[in-house]
Amino acid sequence: MYDMKALYQAKDVADAVSLRLQHPEAHIIAGGSDVLVQMREGKRAGVELISIYGLDELRGVTMEDDGTIRIGSLTSFSHITKDPIIQQYINVLGEAVDQVGGPQIRNIGTIGGNTCNGVTSADSASTLHAWDAIVELTGPNGVRRLPIHEFYIKAGKVDIREGEIQTGILVKKEDYIDTYGHYIKYAMRNAMDIATLGTSVNVRLSADKKTVERARIAFGVAGPVPLRARTAEALAAGKPVSMELAEAFAKAVKEDINPRDSWRAAKDFRMHIAVESAKRAFIESVKLAGGEL
Amino acid sequence: MAMQQYQTVRFKLNGRDVERTVDVRASLTDMLRNDYRMTSVKKGCEVGECGACTVIIDGEAFNSCIYLAVWAEGKSITTLEGLLGPNGELSDIQQAFVEEAAIQCGFCTPGFILTAWEILESGKEYTDEQLRKLLSGHLCRCTGYENILRAVKKTMYRRLGKEV
Repeated sequence: MYDMKALYQAKDVADAVSLRLQHPEAHIIAGGSDVLVQMREGKRAGVELISIYGLDELRGVTMEDDGTIRIGSLTSFSHITKDPIIQQYINVLGEAVDQVGGPQIRNIGTIGGNTCNGVTSADSASTLHAWDAIVELTGPNGVRRLPIHEFYIKAGKVDIREGEIQTGILVKKEDYIDTYGHYIKYAMRNAMDIATLGTSVNVRLSADKKTVERARIAFGVAGPVPLRARTAEALAAGKPVSMELAEAFAKAVKEDINPRDSWRAAKDFRMHIAVESAKRAFIESVKLAGGEL
Repeated sequence: MAMQQYQTVRFKLNGRDVERTVDVRASLTDMLRNDYRMTSVKKGCEVGECGACTVIIDGEAFNSCIYLAVWAEGKSITTLEGLLGPNGELSDIQQAFVEEAAIQCGFCTPGFILTAWEILESGKEYTDEQLRKLLSGHLCRCTGYENILRAVKKTMYRRLGKEV
């Protein structure tokens, strides 16, 4: 038995919005791999829950008419990894979420839950930041869309307003086309562990594969929320592909990140692995894009 | 204290249509053990880390300890009991666990076998490294995992008609 005060099960998105307005104190539960565990720990003991897990309309990955990729918020990690659209266009996202927890967690955990809990270590979050994903929320006034870096307010707090639920995550064509990325999760164990640092890089090369047209990099656990390293991105843009560039790009991430000391790792160690991971992920991304260095 | 809240849940359990009214606060583990006596579903960590409570829901392995019982509505659920033949015969994967001594105390075994079932039903051939990753959501404190890996691998090759 879970220590809950009441359970409200939404029948569809409109019903979920109406339940949110009727029960503003209630917590939203999607797959429950965070909420139910926190309930067991006593952190959320005695709360009311609004379950949106039954909303199948929020499952699956689709391509919209303008080429935007839509990931329904309740799509599980394992379904994202297996999805042909993700495999073709944003393979790194499927690889990143394939490193969450263990297999059973990846069958229940949802990308909506992973982003809505506002945790910097979420394996999907750095990649979604690095691809300029857009978060879609549906509420009493209709649909609201905002860039993912605006969605994260501070550790554990995201911009979900009264009556809203997250209904989708979108990646625009200009952000994924001809773009290749790589994610490195640094953790103590291979499974059932939380990232000490997550690094997600993606690059787009010129037609002759000799020049970096655009490079993007985002980190999890390099600050209280996932963040981009814009100095490194600006440094790499327009430069010829080379090992020297990989080194310079990696060193430049130190300008933008601010990791902390925690029981998992010291700040200095996180700084060290951030530079090394940035270099390795950059090299791998360039190779995936067809470049040589 | 709040009023107790109940809900009737209809689903398929090991191939049979079943229906029960449950407390909405129940986990799927609670319902399967207490209302249906499916005692292969073990209560281990109860926070989704050890895998002892694993069941198959619509073809995929889930930790039933972090799954609301009411979410079972309309689903098809398989527990270890559902793998037995009509006269209680062991399934191929269970037999392989016996042959490879992949069991000691037995607490983790039902969960491991159900995750193995999902792996084997894919009909794919996996490398040892892939199998280790696919089995990584389970803890075993007795066998040291090697025998378990061997049992899954043996059954995979048998089903694919190949030599180990």
